[in-house]
Amino acid sequence: MAEHTTMLSLRGLTRRFGGLTAVDAIDLDLARGGLVSIIGPNGAGKTTLFNLVTGLDRPDAGVVRFEGQDITGLSPERLAAEGIARTFQLGRVFGNLSVMDNVLIGAHTRLRAVKPAVPVIGPLLELGLALLRPASVKAEEERLREEVKAIFARFGERLLPRIDQPAYSLSYANRRRVEIARALALKPRLLLLDEPTAGMNPTETAEMQALVAELKAEGLTILLIEHKLEMVMRLSDRVIVMDEGKKIAEGPGEQVRKDPKVIEAYLGHGLSGTAEQESAA
Amino acid sequence: MSSWLDYTINGLIVGNVYALVAVGLALIFGVSRLINFAQGSIYLVGAYIGWVAVVQLHTPLPLTIIVVAVAAALVGLVIERFGLRPLQNSVRIAPLLATIGISFVLDQLVMLTFSPNPRALPSQLPDVRFQIGGGTIGPLDLLIAGVGITSALLLFVFLRYSKLGWAVRATAQDRDAAMQMGVDVNRVNQAVFGIAAALGGVSGMLVGMYYNQIDTAMSLQATLKGVVAEVVGGAGNVPGAVIGSLLLGLVESYGVAVFGTSYRNLFAFLLLVVVLVLRPNGLFASARQAPPEPLTGTFIAPSRPVRIPRWALLVAAAAFAILPLFPVSFYVLQTLINAWLLGMLALSLTLVAGTIGQVSLGHAALLAIGAYTSALLSLGFAVPVGLSIIGGGLMSAALGTALISPSFRLRGHYVSIATLAIGEIVSLVILNWESVTRGPIGISGIPPLSLFGYDLISPNSIYWFSLVVMIVLALLQARLLGSHLGRSFRAIRDDDIAARAYGLSLNRYKSLAFIFGGFAAGVSGGIAAHLYSYINHETFNTQQSILALTVVILGGLGNVVGAIVGSVALVGLPELFRIAAEYRILIYGIVLLLLVRFRPQGLLGTM
Repeated sequence: MAEHTTMLSLRGLTRRFGGLTAVDAIDLDLARGGLVSIIGPNGAGKTTLFNLVTGLDRPDAGVVRFEGQDITGLSPERLAAEGIARTFQLGRVFGNLSVMDNVLIGAHTRLRAVKPAVPVIGPLLELGLALLRPASVKAEEERLREEVKAIFARFGERLLPRIDQPAYSLSYANRRRVEIARALALKPRLLLLDEPTAGMNPTETAEMQALVAELKAEGLTILLIEHKLEMVMRLSDRVIVMDEGKKIAEGPGEQVRKDPKVIEAYLGHGLSGTAEQESAA
Repeated sequence: MSSWLDYTINGLIVGNVYALVAVGLALIFGVSRLINFAQGSIYLVGAYIGWVAVVQLHTPLPLTIIVVAVAAALVGLVIERFGLRPLQNSVRIAPLLATIGISFVLDQLVMLTFSPNPRALPSQLPDVRFQIGGGTIGPLDLLIAGVGITSALLLFVFLRYSKLGWAVRATAQDRDAAMQMGVDVNRVNQAVFGIAAALGGVSGMLVGMYYNQIDTAMSLQATLKGVVAEVVGGAGNVPGAVIGSLLLGLVESYGVAVFGTSYRNLFAFLLLVVVLVLRPNGLFASARQAPPEPLTGTFIAPSRPVRIPRWALLVAAAAFAILPLFPVSFYVLQTLINAWLLGMLALSLTLVAGTIGQVSLGHAALLAIGAYTSALLSLGFAVPVGLSIIGGGLMSAALGTALISPSFRLRGHYVSIATLAIGEIVSLVILNWESVTRGPIGISGIPPLSLFGYDLISPNSIYWFSLVVMIVLALLQARLLGSHLGRSFRAIRDDDIAARAYGLSLNRYKSLAFIFGGFAAGVSGGIAAHLYSYINHETFNTQQSILALTVVILGGLGNVVGAIVGSVALVGLPELFRIAAEYRILIYGIVLLLLVRFRPQGLLGTM
């Protein structure tokens, strides 16, 4: 039964770029329905870790298990089909697609009627069905559009009035919302959020925090990278602190916050010394 | 055995010439991440300046070299200043398209000035051969080797010890950091384009002397060879480009020794495709690179497409449909038939280059496959012409997709190089596979168009047939774009990494786009074969690929209506103004340049 309570587990995950070890032997466990946050200074290796989990990059060593299965090095397409969705730190919406189409892409792995699981000639059938559009295909498309509208409703009036606009015309905050809506359209079993509140003002951040709390309450398993400690402390079951690729602390938020290693990593190595000198001068 | 030494010497000498082109390409790629498709044109300009200097001004050899280097460098500076610098902040595809446009303009200007006939370029050196071991070497070989080595040394000293050279290297490593440290990137670009052009020009002159012949076809060949050498050595890697060039020279030379002269280019392009597929970062790069940076929204100009109401399209279609009922000249119908055939090709290319973002420079190869298939089916197997054309479309879809599929993991400019090379490979295979394609003789006596046993010979019937086929293909494509495949293709174009993270397999959807687009292009080629009644390996050439690309950009990338409007405009307007044929390609080049500069989203907008 143990594998059913642990959704995601990383063991010794390592990625090197030339001489730099961006991710250094990271262990991590995330329980079903749990929320673990990863914090750490810029360049600590958080996003690289996300890339390793979602298949956009392959680790040099270590294992990624998802619901007990070894998924190390699988392709991102495959992992999306397994139910792993992510958002990107830099906001990678499809600029020329409408907001609606952006989020419908999120539902791509759930297309069934138009994508029959037939080997070899499956792609050709998909082309034929897309052109012919029998009733089953139309019904599926219609159903997904309704689902996507329900997802937009989660963001209040932020996205609904803009569903036919191209994504490049959106504000920065709305692009992040579109990314999260796209991830939700996948109906993920595991959601990885890479700094969902980056570039948002306090009101927008509060809205985003409420949304993530809501998703957690609905039972979604979430791995979160976030710089805003207030949000991290409120939402997380556990916090992992990374610095220079290594895990330097792990535990409940309050405990991690007081850890001297964490304080040093955040304030910078030897910076406290400089501050003393400055105050003396 | 002695001939092997000769072939080795020949390979190294030719490799040295390629190196002069490839080093320039590598320098430019290093500082601006751009593959300069105009490099071959500068090489061409260098060859003709050399001809003017030697034949008309009777300059001595050292002075000729200096004149050529300086004049070519000036051309390079002009290209950088007026062609590329204004595009610094535009979409990533813009500078690539601009260099293609510049290349066409320069080639045509040379052709118009000097006529397309080949000219002899005497080497001014004594015609003696020295015996070394089992082979021989002439003074010109030594000159080429000398120029190659001297240029490499000068370049090394410049990059290593001059302040501007440091700036060039710093910019190549990290453009943003270099700018922040006060490096004047414009000056770096100028320096690099000037050096690259000087090397390219001298190289063209030396090749002209080596073969004692220059002609305007040299340009594209030189670009292709330089690009091959550069990519083999690793794009942006200057020493790699030299080694890649020597390797290319040897591979070609040995290939010619074993298989014969007509295989020379085939080996070059096969080498390119193999390297692109197996080691896209070049032979000397590590196989695993850091994941690529996001390119979101930077590849294609964002725009709102112009929505044309359905009734307007219906009215336009009806007007063109009833046109032959009015007393219009045969000439007008002929022009429009050409526009409809080009329209089918443009539909295909706008899907591949626009909708899914794979800017193909070898699209005419799909025409050739369709044309040869339909011609051979109707001639050799007595297949009715209507069916044979569909057969041509299917063959283009299948073979075209199979040929390009190894390159599906390439991105951006590399896709363009790969498609260009594959286009050349198709043409070379047609030339060399004599038992099937009849080689250089071509296929004659292709039966005329017919449908259900009735020959379509009158201009009206041909006009209606091609119009209907094009409209059917356009409607199908519009329907495709309205399906989940339309958004999937466009998502892959906008950000292939995010698309993969949401379960979109690049191989699957790029294949589907090429299958659909390959069919339309193959049908166009098939119809053309039966209209022309004679085709050979040069009927469908790179100029047509570039014309189709210009049409697609004029209409708006991915825009179905735009592809047809663009075809009518680019085929029709030159006819309307009775512009002589030799000026047309010049005009297409200028249109492409103006579009890229002032309206990259085209007339009707990117979809």
